[in-house]
Amino acid sequence: MNNPASPASSETAMIGSRSTDWHGEAMQKRIARRYAAERRFKYLGLSAIVISSLFLAFLLFVMIGNGIKGFSTTQVAVPIDFASATGGASPDQIRGEDAERALNSLDISGIVNTAIEIEYGADAADIFTENSWTDVRDALLSNPDMIGENTTVWLTAKSEIDRAAKDDTDEKFEALYAKLKDAGKAQSGFNWGFLTGADGTDPARVGIWGALKGSIITMLVTLALAFPVGVLAAVYLEEYAPSNRITDFIEVSINNLAAVPSIIFGLLGLVVFLSWLELPRSSALVGGLVLALMTMPVIVIAGRNSIKSVPPSIREAALGVGASPVQVVFHHVLPLALPGIMTGTIIGMARALGETAPLLMIGMRAFLTSPPQGLTDPSTVLPVQIYLWSDEVNRGFVEKTSAAIIVLLIFLLTMNAFAIYLRNRFETRW
Amino acid sequence: MNTETTNIASSNKMTTRNVDVFYGEKQAINGVSIDIDMENVTAFIGPSGCGKSTFLRTMNRMNDTIPSCRVTGEITLDGEDIYAPSMDVVQLRARVGMVFQKPNPFPKSIYDNIAYGPRIHGLASGKDELDQIVEKSLQRAGLWNEVKDRLNESGTALSGGQQQRLCIARAIAVDPEVILMDEPCSALDPIATAKIEELIHELRGKYAIVIVTHNMQQAARVSQRTAFFHLGTMVEYGDTSEMFTNPQEERTRDYITGRYG
Repeated sequence: MNNPASPASSETAMIGSRSTDWHGEAMQKRIARRYAAERRFKYLGLSAIVISSLFLAFLLFVMIGNGIKGFSTTQVAVPIDFASATGGASPDQIRGEDAERALNSLDISGIVNTAIEIEYGADAADIFTENSWTDVRDALLSNPDMIGENTTVWLTAKSEIDRAAKDDTDEKFEALYAKLKDAGKAQSGFNWGFLTGADGTDPARVGIWGALKGSIITMLVTLALAFPVGVLAAVYLEEYAPSNRITDFIEVSINNLAAVPSIIFGLLGLVVFLSWLELPRSSALVGGLVLALMTMPVIVIAGRNSIKSVPPSIREAALGVGASPVQVVFHHVLPLALPGIMTGTIIGMARALGETAPLLMIGMRAFLTSPPQGLTDPSTVLPVQIYLWSDEVNRGFVEKTSAAIIVLLIFLLTMNAFAIYLRNRFETRW
Repeated sequence: MNTETTNIASSNKMTTRNVDVFYGEKQAINGVSIDIDMENVTAFIGPSGCGKSTFLRTMNRMNDTIPSCRVTGEITLDGEDIYAPSMDVVQLRARVGMVFQKPNPFPKSIYDNIAYGPRIHGLASGKDELDQIVEKSLQRAGLWNEVKDRLNESGTALSGGQQQRLCIARAIAVDPEVILMDEPCSALDPIATAKIEELIHELRGKYAIVIVTHNMQQAARVSQRTAFFHLGTMVEYGDTSEMFTNPQEERTRDYITGRYG
């Protein structure tokens, strides 16, 4: 039996030219080779996972390492005797509706600049920007009683001072910061302004809220349009449309639409929404419309696939007890297809959230120093803001860019987590 | 024999006359005429692919979902042509219920499975009445005692035989006049099959029942009337006892004696 050449065994134990002796040496070798192949494949897969985790870890490490600094700010103390500087203005003057106008007439900017001049002399221009006084105005608006006091206010320092506090920069600013620090006149803290403000020229004073709010509004417009239209299109194509050439043509077109480069959707939006329909330029409404066009095919394709995977027996069961086609769809098919549709929606929305190119085409790259107040206000979105900041000459924008990326990632993860939570809730009903 | 035929005709629930069914160009059913009455269980037997399931599905227009399918001839329910434009398909399917080959409960609770039909047709005036319908349907399907304490559990968690009885209960819940069963036991073990057959006995007389089966013993056990289908035509239709002891046609005899099929 062990000898494949033996004519006796070739009659009985062989089906091909090789021995079928399962314990023979040749067979053991083949088994060993199979084990080796299995092991090799396992390690290949493992190494692929390790490499991708390393990339991810590297990305997060660099982003968080750079960006975390963007969330802190440096402030420098300025003593101001409001009582004498304003000539005895009372807190009641700057209360109520006319507070802002009253403040303007008090020449706060002049008072603050004089106080800075007195305290820091020649260094003043290196420590503060010409906008630093607005901190005082804001402080006075929220706490009018300050107007009668002789107090010390903390003003946001120039970006160069802020960077001197965090990492290496010019020797001049390093020395200046060291001097301030030793005198106890500089402090660092969480940069609330970054989370509440909008774009600006001084990196120490910019905020992300404007772009974040723009992104939220744009995404809501996108979702409100792309989800119902996409799902209804998928339902119609799967459940109602007759299978003919027109349906085939529509199906091919939708598949192609999902693969069209996003900038082309931007051009489409520019022509259709801005030129023909004359919707407001740079607005979240137009941005949402353009991104909805881009997201819809993704939802249609995912929706059709998950509707297709609902077992036909469920449809038959419902039809069998006398459910109408619409009842079959809304009572049985859609609830079962929803998890799959949600997955498609998550993918489409995540892509839309990170989209820059089409939004540049419709003017969402405007320099905006206040957050949008509504659908038609000029606004920008997070990825465009990141793109704009990464292009800035001022070195202070580097950490702001990274900080904005962190905000974008957190937004993305929050959105996905919410969608996955919803999906799992529906899935348990199966 | 002659008197009996007229007797049956008087209580006909459904009749079909010269029914042809086409799938595109291909003819699947050729000139079938048959009467279904309330008192008897009618069995359709025949080898695989002979068209008995296709024919069954024309009787509540379930074949409407297949675009290429075309039906000619006349099928009536209480004398009403079910393929007439004035016939409401949704109502027809409530009146002519169906139980499928594979148990197909909705992925919902046992209660909701039964309550679904009455709900969409507005058959219950309130929660209490709906509860009653659910209980009565489950009792008629012989499932009440097994599931009464777990009505909120998923219908898909039941065993195969229980699922099929749940499907029968679901069909009963909309108070149909005819129940069509398409090989209801082919996916079940012998014990579950016996329970379904017992159930069919109990339901006889309350509903006109048509059952498709390729198990001849089953046809002999549960039915009073049997139709034998072969290659898209109905070869013979008569009393089950007559058919199995003294078939009129050569092909029927060959099939029943196990010569083919």
